[in-house]
Amino acid sequence: MQALYAQLLVGLINGSFYALLSLGLAVIFGMLNIINFAHGALYMMGAFAAYFLLNLGGIGYWPALIIAPIVVGIFGMILERTMLQWLAGLDHLYGLLLTFGIALIVQGVFQNYFGSSGLPYAIPDQLKGGMNLGFMFLPIYRGWVVVFSLVVCLATWFLIEKTQLGAYLRAATENPTLVRAFGINVPRMITLTYGLGVGLAALAGVLSAPINQVRPLMGADLIIVVFAVVVIGGMGSIMGSIITGFALGVIEGLTKYFYPEASNTVVFVLMVLVLLVKPTGLTGRAA
Amino acid sequence: MKKTISALLLGTALTVASTGLAAAQDKSVKIGALSDQSGLYADLGGPGSTLAAQMAVEDSGLQAKGWKIEIISGDHQNKPDIGTTIARQWLDVDKVDVIVDVPNSGVALAVNNVIKEKNAVYINSGAATSDLTNAQCSPNTVHWTYDTYMLAHTTGQALVKAGGDTWFFLTADYAFGAALERDTTAVVTANGGKVVGGVKHPLNTSDFSSFLLQAQSSKAKIIGLANAGGDTTNSIKQAAEFGIVKGGQKLAALLLFLTDVKAIGLETAQGLNFTETFYWDMNDKTRAFSKKFAARMKNNAPPTMVQAGVYAGLLHYFKALDALGGNPHDGVKVVEKMKSIPTEDDLFGKGEIQPNGRTIHSAYLFEVKKPSESKGPWDFYKLIGTVPGDQAFTPLSESKCALLKK
Repeated sequence: MQALYAQLLVGLINGSFYALLSLGLAVIFGMLNIINFAHGALYMMGAFAAYFLLNLGGIGYWPALIIAPIVVGIFGMILERTMLQWLAGLDHLYGLLLTFGIALIVQGVFQNYFGSSGLPYAIPDQLKGGMNLGFMFLPIYRGWVVVFSLVVCLATWFLIEKTQLGAYLRAATENPTLVRAFGINVPRMITLTYGLGVGLAALAGVLSAPINQVRPLMGADLIIVVFAVVVIGGMGSIMGSIITGFALGVIEGLTKYFYPEASNTVVFVLMVLVLLVKPTGLTGRAA
Repeated sequence: MKKTISALLLGTALTVASTGLAAAQDKSVKIGALSDQSGLYADLGGPGSTLAAQMAVEDSGLQAKGWKIEIISGDHQNKPDIGTTIARQWLDVDKVDVIVDVPNSGVALAVNNVIKEKNAVYINSGAATSDLTNAQCSPNTVHWTYDTYMLAHTTGQALVKAGGDTWFFLTADYAFGAALERDTTAVVTANGGKVVGGVKHPLNTSDFSSFLLQAQSSKAKIIGLANAGGDTTNSIKQAAEFGIVKGGQKLAALLLFLTDVKAIGLETAQGLNFTETFYWDMNDKTRAFSKKFAARMKNNAPPTMVQAGVYAGLLHYFKALDALGGNPHDGVKVVEKMKSIPTEDDLFGKGEIQPNGRTIHSAYLFEVKKPSESKGPWDFYKLIGTVPGDQAFTPLSESKCALLKK
């Protein structure tokens, strides 16, 4: 039974990454109608940004938590301005192909220079060590990841669903022409939204740098699962993606305990089941 | 009609001419370097293995003797079906004579069958499974560098003898992990130890926390890592995070490469014991080769033992070709010649290829240095012991290879 508690907690930790990443995807899909396949590569860039900040600039983990998402977010906004914006109104397939291509190029470039085994990034001193919870030894850093991502997820949800700015955003996706008539710069807002989604991916990258290796393919390995999470939760649903992210992390954790061989596939089995029963996803609206 | 006849005549003439050429000692060779070029094993094999093959060609001296040698490379993406498709294409269409490297035991075993069927030469350096020279041995195959039997009988044995008598395995869920767990379990039980449990994880897993928690609660003294590459580095890093080593359990990195240690960082990796058959900083000859090699690598990395094995294996292959006076394009014949010549090169020293295809050379027990002891970017290992080849690898009396029953 104790082991089960431990697996639940470990599942929550993985769920935090799923939640942060699928949240970014949901924001981008909801507002821009783009299926952002470059998300994994951008997550990887976040981790690399943290690595460069530390090794080239001597800038540690805490500032990197803010700087890396901004830098990668700006990169994302440049992508949106120069490429993605021309795809507005076209079939989803075009956006998917373009972002997938971007992901392959970015990963290829990083792999060319850094190989595939990855680079080490140490846990910040303040978060080293762990505490004994009785049923398991919890590394402090992992606890921090859960708490911090939960806060970021809820803040993003609040920003989009409860604030004036969020209301503009949602309105702009429903009817851009009308919103523009009110004197709001819709294209700029869309660019900023893409930047926000990308920034969230980069933030997840920085968070994962001390746990996983900083590797060029770290995002490619994760992104497929995250897409399954988004599909299960319902494309474009903010709260849905947060809850599904955490829930699937837990389900995956339990699978690792009861039947480890299936731990890589359980998410996809669930995805198939959900698509059969409720094709719009658990919280999605009909398109 | 006249045209057709003359075309036919020309065709016949060409065929006769080309068979005539083959009879008069053909001095051309085509090498296929098949590896994981982009995934979790790319750094320990991959482009570095192709470079090692290139250097073997240059150092063989055959080109000066009028040989024409060509190298092509391919990415098997750790998928047996892709590996065999490339191998078939190479052997059927591109007329490749020898395939080298091939890390990933699953792919390696699949390619082994293709090469045997097409009677080419297979010099495997990257794969670990001892099955290549046991149950699945082939007259076309030479297995260089290392195997699971060797890893179990060096690192595994040393740990059991040092008091690590209860084991829990973290095993990569494919041919390699299964072979390494099997061979290590045999050593553990033969030395009076016990395996108390284990968990099989999918290949290329990034999060090991669930598995490590299970290992932790098993209370086994040794957690045996029957995995490789990125899986091993992630296991070791995360084990440190979960305080497993501090809690008194010991990690057995049964297979650890130079590039893995680099990826983990000395801070976390220090003190780990493991076995390799080649390290760049062993003697003047290995240092000289590694310096040349690193200068041509993108990240200036010295060779791993897998890449060193590709180099040494090919050099030996060229020696056999030279002795044959030409390329007979007959895999079995070339491998027989390779087995009849004792092996000797700058990287692995003296050795031999046994009748089952296993290359025998010394193995070395290493310990990862403390950060304070390391003097350079790749200065990672301390030598703590040497195991002679005949003790490290499967004795012929124990080998299950059908070639030995003749």
